[in-house]
Amino acid sequence: MKNQNLIWALIALALLLGLNAIFTPGFFNLEVRDGHLYGSLIDILDRAAPVTLLALGMTLVIATGGIDLSVGSVMAISGAVAALAVNDGWSGPAAMAMALAAGLLAGLINGGLVAFIGIQPIVATLILMVSGRGVAQLLTDGQPETFSNGFLERFGSGFFLRLPFSVTLIVITITILGLLVRKTALGLYIEAVGNSPKASRLSGLPVPGTLLFAYATAGICAALAGIVAAADIGTADSNTAGLYAELDAILAVVIGGTALTGGRFLLLGSVIGALLMQALTTTILARGIQMEWTQVVKASVILIVCILQSSTVREKLFGGFRKRRGAQS
Amino acid sequence: MKLSLSASSIPRFATVLVCLALYLASAFRFENFATLQVFVNFLSDNAVLGIVAVGMTFVILSGGIDLSVGSVIALVSIGMVVLIEQKGWHPVSAGLIMVAAGTLFGAIMGGIIQVFKLPAFLVTLAGMFMGRGLALVISLESIPIVHPWYGSLLGFSISLGENTAMGAVPIVYGVIVILGILVARYTTFGRNVYAIGGNEDASLLMGIPVGLTRVSVYAVSGLCSALAGIVYTMYSFSGNATTGVALELDAIAAVVIGGTLLTGGIGGVFGTFIGVLIFGIIQTSIAFEGSLNSWWTKIGIAALLLLFIVMQRLIEGRKQHD
Repeated sequence: MKNQNLIWALIALALLLGLNAIFTPGFFNLEVRDGHLYGSLIDILDRAAPVTLLALGMTLVIATGGIDLSVGSVMAISGAVAALAVNDGWSGPAAMAMALAAGLLAGLINGGLVAFIGIQPIVATLILMVSGRGVAQLLTDGQPETFSNGFLERFGSGFFLRLPFSVTLIVITITILGLLVRKTALGLYIEAVGNSPKASRLSGLPVPGTLLFAYATAGICAALAGIVAAADIGTADSNTAGLYAELDAILAVVIGGTALTGGRFLLLGSVIGALLMQALTTTILARGIQMEWTQVVKASVILIVCILQSSTVREKLFGGFRKRRGAQS
Repeated sequence: MKLSLSASSIPRFATVLVCLALYLASAFRFENFATLQVFVNFLSDNAVLGIVAVGMTFVILSGGIDLSVGSVIALVSIGMVVLIEQKGWHPVSAGLIMVAAGTLFGAIMGGIIQVFKLPAFLVTLAGMFMGRGLALVISLESIPIVHPWYGSLLGFSISLGENTAMGAVPIVYGVIVILGILVARYTTFGRNVYAIGGNEDASLLMGIPVGLTRVSVYAVSGLCSALAGIVYTMYSFSGNATTGVALELDAIAAVVIGGTLLTGGIGGVFGTFIGVLIFGIIQTSIAFEGSLNSWWTKIGIAALLLLFIVMQRLIEGRKQHD
């Protein structure tokens, strides 16, 4: 029962790849050039990296019953910080540390507003979403900031074990997060808070601390995604970096089987959700369909997946007794 | 209704106070700020945002949210241009079709939210992608409108004394705000919206048509977005598929700053009007200042938003203790 939502996402991904196998010639071709792997599949993995990173952090936030709308703006801020630091003569690792610190700070602000002041997550993070892009534009004076730094560029276009470096980055991130939430009690805390904040508080769980952890993680993941996105093009563009990325991330999480009402979460599901979104985009491009259809198709897929996951349909299909938790938002 | 300062009217009171303070501060700081023409320009420059915010007020009052509004504006504006300039329709019939389409778009989203019990924010997010995508599919470029009817619109203005004139856009905005206030206060539909936002279960038990009201709320928001899209073509004399990006957030911010509680049930259209006015004053002040960049607007709005939300929290906290 637990993974039923995820199954729909897997079926959709398999269907999509199957359609490509039949209709798009050369979709599964992999070739080795200059010792690196190239091909549509690798391209999907590489391009899905920023959204995957965002979705991993977002999973924890959604599991607590919250939402983080600010991740796109945090991407813009972290990209701007990294670019400015490098251009100011700092080393690559130092610039990266500063960018990550900016993300952490943003996450702590979000978490603080939610955990200590009790503001609804959608609103608390809306504030940083609106002002964050303003801050990023202020940092770079509204102009795209180009930079060149070997260490940072590796995150965008480097290779490791013949695969794009971003794949390694995702594997590392998911390993760290997985160990943190599954090998300690943190994961249980998060699910408990998502199921019932009141019961969690009454049973003595550190609710504010758990919320703070989730939002801080989302902030750091967003900063990492911002570095990848900026390194990819060697430019921190505070106007467009991460625009609408929060939506892609949220959709990846939901498609991956984590309910928006909080509770159980699946980190791997979110990765599959992000891959599905990118596979859709790549398919549309590979089929030579006008780029702008991507959003229409994405919207339709999201609606279909969500309707299939909804309790109304499930009760009809499976005659289940599962009741929707929580009220309609 | 007695004129007392109940908990629910504090946010509205504070909004009016902030608006007055900002206006007076700007009026003292800048010459020519406190003129009627500048005020008319507030209405004109913020008409698109303001009209959307009227619809958004109903949605938020009902306890929901509508993220699709910016995309609907873009879709309607580009749809208008294509119908008028490329298909040779009259602007009035094109406008009627677009208003019907926008209302239907909203009603479908509301229907999905109601029938499948999906979160409003998710369904309208999909609506946002859908609208933006369709608009971009129709045209990537901004298309100008040259129809003579629009030309005569340019000539239309009402003189409000010396050096002051009001065009069609602020009048349309004003009419929609007044209609919004009347519908929210004096119709059964308006009361039902407050009721389901206040307590959905109780409304259901009282026999209020919760489902129909919810679908109607999103239809109203779609209607307002379509009207805003038409007003956009009247304001800019063009249709543009990339207009209204992130406008939904400005609209939500204006509604919240206007004293409507995001949890639903408390607030009103007049407050939203004041909220939009605050937007206009901040933007115009920054334009008058000259040296400040426009992104300070975003930071300023966010700071105000934070202030008002923290205040809302304090009020809610007090209500629980009462």
